Amino acid sequence: MTTTEQPTTPATPPGIGGIGHSLRRREDDRFLRGAGRFVDDIVLPRMLHAAVLRSPVPHARIASIDTSAAAALPGVVAVVTGADLAAHNLAWMPTLSGDTQAVLATDKVRFQGQEVAAVIAEDPYVAHDALDLIDVDYDTLTPVVNPRQALADDAPLIRDDKEGQEGNRCYRWEAGDREATDRAFAEADVVVELDTHYPRSHPSPLETCGCVADVNPATGHATIYMTSQAPHAHRTLFALVAGLPEEKIRIISPDIGGGFGNKVPIYPGYVVATAASLLIGRPVKWVESRSENLISTGFARDYHMHGELALKRDGRILGLRVNMLSDNGAFFADAQPTKFKAGLFHIVTGSYDYPAAHVVTEGAYTNKAPGGVAYRCSFRVTEASYLIERLVQNAAYELGVDPAELRLRNFIRPDQFPYRSPTGFTYDSGDYARALRLAMERVGYDDLRREQAEAREQGKLIGIGLASFTEVVGAGNHKEFDIAGIKMFDSAELRVHPTGKAILKLGVRSQGQGHETTFAQIVAEELGIPATDIAVQEGDTDNTPYGLGTYASRSTPVGGAATVMVARKLRDKARVIAAHLLEAAEEDLEWEPGRFFVKGTPSRGVTIQDVAFAAYTNFPEGLEPGLEGVHYYDPPNMTYPFGSYIVVVEVDAETGQWKVRRMVAVDDCGVRINPMIVEGQIHGGLAEGYAMANMQFITFDEDGNCIGSNFMDYLIPTAWETPRFELDETVTPSPHHPIGAKGVGESATVGSPAAYVNAVIDALAHLGVRNIDMPVLPHRVWAAVRDAGGSGGGEQGGVPPAP
Amino acid sequence: MYPARFEYEVPATLEEALAVLAERGDDARVLAGGQSLIPMMKLRFATPAALVDVNRLPGLDRIEEVDGQLRLGALVRHNAIADSDLVRRRNHVMAAAAPWIADPLVRNLGTIGGSLAHADPEGDWASVMLACRGEVVATSGAGERVVPIDELITGMFTTSLRPGELLTQVRVPIPSRPNGGTYLKLERKVGDYATVAVATRLEVDDGRIADAGIALTSVGPSNLHAREAEQVLVGEHPGDGLFAEAADAAARAASPRSDVRGSAEYKRHMVRVFVRRGLARAAELAGRTTAA
Amino acid sequence: MKITVTVNGVEGSYDVEPWVLLADFVRTHLGLTGTHIGCDTTSCGVCTVMLDGTPVKSCTLFAVQADGRAVTTVEGLARNGELDPVQQGFKECHGLQCGFCTPAMMLVSRALLDRNPDPSEDEIRWAISGNLCRCTGYVNIVKSVRWAAEHAATPATATEG
Repeated sequence: MTTTEQPTTPATPPGIGGIGHSLRRREDDRFLRGAGRFVDDIVLPRMLHAAVLRSPVPHARIASIDTSAAAALPGVVAVVTGADLAAHNLAWMPTLSGDTQAVLATDKVRFQGQEVAAVIAEDPYVAHDALDLIDVDYDTLTPVVNPRQALADDAPLIRDDKEGQEGNRCYRWEAGDREATDRAFAEADVVVELDTHYPRSHPSPLETCGCVADVNPATGHATIYMTSQAPHAHRTLFALVAGLPEEKIRIISPDIGGGFGNKVPIYPGYVVATAASLLIGRPVKWVESRSENLISTGFARDYHMHGELALKRDGRILGLRVNMLSDNGAFFADAQPTKFKAGLFHIVTGSYDYPAAHVVTEGAYTNKAPGGVAYRCSFRVTEASYLIERLVQNAAYELGVDPAELRLRNFIRPDQFPYRSPTGFTYDSGDYARALRLAMERVGYDDLRREQAEAREQGKLIGIGLASFTEVVGAGNHKEFDIAGIKMFDSAELRVHPTGKAILKLGVRSQGQGHETTFAQIVAEELGIPATDIAVQEGDTDNTPYGLGTYASRSTPVGGAATVMVARKLRDKARVIAAHLLEAAEEDLEWEPGRFFVKGTPSRGVTIQDVAFAAYTNFPEGLEPGLEGVHYYDPPNMTYPFGSYIVVVEVDAETGQWKVRRMVAVDDCGVRINPMIVEGQIHGGLAEGYAMANMQFITFDEDGNCIGSNFMDYLIPTAWETPRFELDETVTPSPHHPIGAKGVGESATVGSPAAYVNAVIDALAHLGVRNIDMPVLPHRVWAAVRDAGGSGGGEQGGVPPAP
Repeated sequence: MYPARFEYEVPATLEEALAVLAERGDDARVLAGGQSLIPMMKLRFATPAALVDVNRLPGLDRIEEVDGQLRLGALVRHNAIADSDLVRRRNHVMAAAAPWIADPLVRNLGTIGGSLAHADPEGDWASVMLACRGEVVATSGAGERVVPIDELITGMFTTSLRPGELLTQVRVPIPSRPNGGTYLKLERKVGDYATVAVATRLEVDDGRIADAGIALTSVGPSNLHAREAEQVLVGEHPGDGLFAEAADAAARAASPRSDVRGSAEYKRHMVRVFVRRGLARAAELAGRTTAA
Repeated sequence: MKITVTVNGVEGSYDVEPWVLLADFVRTHLGLTGTHIGCDTTSCGVCTVMLDGTPVKSCTLFAVQADGRAVTTVEGLARNGELDPVQQGFKECHGLQCGFCTPAMMLVSRALLDRNPDPSEDEIRWAISGNLCRCTGYVNIVKSVRWAAEHAATPATATEG
């Protein structure tokens, strides 16, 4: 039973298909027939293939590179090294975090898998034959494998390319109030501490990254087909990096086989392919392999977190202290708003009402791939949510209070919204207690606690894990948010054709989220044009308005709002035309979906289709013809979706394996445009949360070798391991969003890992176990039980031992 | 991603295949299911000068019962074994192991002969064969040799197959006494190699264990035949205490490595757990079966 | 080497080097790009095609091995432009998001239903355990296959459920 502010019946009939309808997806038709057009499907005349030679070692000086044998292989057109690129000032490029990154290594290699040279050849088999013929001499250096080692006094300097760089720190950033937090801690009856490593993970969409770069030798115009979640931003960055005038670059992001943040950074392969096309005068395709994707492209997480929660004996939280050390790899290339060096991690205060928090973050360079902000993290909210929900769970054990009860005692209350958090967020709306209570009801919480107690008597281990997360998405307002200086508005351009159909062009870019359907539904809601009559176009910078793209769940909050606003602009203009057609005053007209009619005389009306035709054929004197508009939307605030997840597990103490018996997820993302699509997003996120909790991570050995750079080691669960999910919802609209919607794409990935891990910990808590780092592998569970009383044997899992 | 070049031979008869293999010697690799070889070639860990595709050879894909043995052609695919009613009735261990090899798609192409000839220490069939006293038929221009599994696998990815020999058949004795067995595999997901896996088999005669088979996967440089553990069991009455003793012996025989799948200590512990559980299951099944 | 392959019911003769993988042959030589490539360790399954009706990973076969055999790709699922019930099921039940794993999932599901017309949820999950999906969490894929099982050879009706 869900109580909602959203009417359970949509305002439009199914034939129009506005908000609330679970319309079947328009984009499906091509994918079902195998007629999707992904980057690797694109074939251009005379196209060449690029392959990249990568460093086998994590840290070394390049003594020499001999490409002569490779260049002589029949079918090879060019071999490119860092020295070649340096001649065109392209050996280094800026990152989205104000650092620089090597395109092809010149002096040193700084991570295993780093790009060292590239071969351009007539076909990919020949290109790979040529890679084998390139001879590189490396003088190996001591690798830096974890951030603590990186910040030690005697650590080898990784970024000796940066003038004035001393040591391996790449940023330091803090939020909150140290003094107020110290005072709060002084009042505490109990302080709960947790040291936890959120291991390195990787978005690993099933389509790897790639591009086809086609620089026309006659015109100098570059068309780059690219796996890009943000084509306009990429075009601007390309212009800055490659020195090509922006109007001569067209980026086309065709169908994208999953993004999850992996397709936001600019990779060396794109730059090399474009430079090669420019110099050779033929199109060049670069598509990476899975191993290349995992070892070198934008990874996720790798946060070493220390949290302290101060509480009163009655369970009231007083304050939070967090110290976080991030492993940023060899180049600081996080794709995040420039002001925030640790993304939005400082929302780590979570769903709870307390006045004081202090968050100190530091980042270190290591000899690993660059990146960090990716994989449905909402700019580090995954890490933050994990820490607070694990702390609260442990606090419950410390105080002897039920974990649900402790949360209910501390939740921000509905009457406190908009809620100003101690680290500066203004939460727009929420009802956390309602979501948790619904989850508890759905799972049968009280019965489960009884069952758990009985099972313990028989030595059977059942665990119940909770997570009540608050997300923050929809970047973002110009005052706080920019990427490489570009503010994070988004845009929508809408034209209604004479026949009453429409085309909507967007600055965001779906990678599976269903925009061709959901955004059409927004227009259908506002204008009453059937959603099936509305074409949605994204991804081509020549044919769409400027936007910052799709990641961090921003499309609906920002792009969706822009769409609402432009549709309303057109409806306002439509009213003028309707008045003209009906020979009535505008204020005498009423609107129902798809139709204006005269107040009191409903039979006297015109459809939106009539109006559309008239916009071209019969418009009033002095009115600009046509029915078209564009809106750029600068969101006033972020939106704050939230939810409560409850996981029930059974643990086999002998083997350490655990199985999910139930997973109940209650999500609140405000108004749901297409419930079917929203649920699909949640399913995907819950599966990814399970993956991280259970088996999926990238780690390194003490020699800096990457373990997890292929699918034999980087484990993505199959349908067999992935649990079943039970979904429910509450609806608390966003007060500032024009249709009350919040983003949802990442909620489940943000909120669920803690729920799974808390469940396993809960099964073992009575033995004294308080922490097992993700992934909670069988051998870690077994070690934790064996060492019970300690904290999982002190094993930190993914933190590699320094050499 | 892209294999290096090679020459391709696709013989139509066994005679042709043997002639090509004899001629090419070490330059050639046999292509059966290819589900282990081709991935290695794509990563360029294997760059054979020639591939001899044996998939067209007739008569190598049968599963039959002959002379008290289960006989499987070398080209029998893993899924054919998993779906085989004959195997289900005649060999519990094989029936238990087959569904857990790789994933359903790989099982459609991968072969038991190819798997044994590949000799991956994390491969499953060799452990099954060791526990079941299996043997293979190695065929060459000079004739046929029957090779017990213990003598076939000589190390990591190495067998005692001679140049010019092709593995053509796998043979497993069918017990005449009440018997049971299973294969327990700890894998993190479908398609993963075993962290640890154990094949167990018991034959019972008049309440006592007449024969036992225990073999271990992924806890040594090659599949491990836990002979001392088997000896603990022979002649004794089945029971938990006995099984725990055998489990200890098997754990002592194992030499696992610590890696991302777990510490050596954990893997040894899992050997113990799986031997105990496997023997209990084998005894339970033996209690249910009558002589064939 | 010259080979003869029947692809989606159409026989053709081709000249292809032995080292060309079947997945590349289908995508590049035949221009059928519905079959995708997602990894390099035979782990993800997005390259699945049917070989004589049996689903296999086309990235782990050489094109020459398909000589004299029949290959079915996603482009061959629909008959005379009519979607197969599996394809209809994926649309009805939102069984795809980005679409990259979808051709493979549908072919494996088709092969399952041909063997087992009324599979349980467990049987479906087991049958597709060689195919990864990153977007859907598999929930709606299972529903899509169940839909196809329940609507064998029935045309799709509503645009909304």
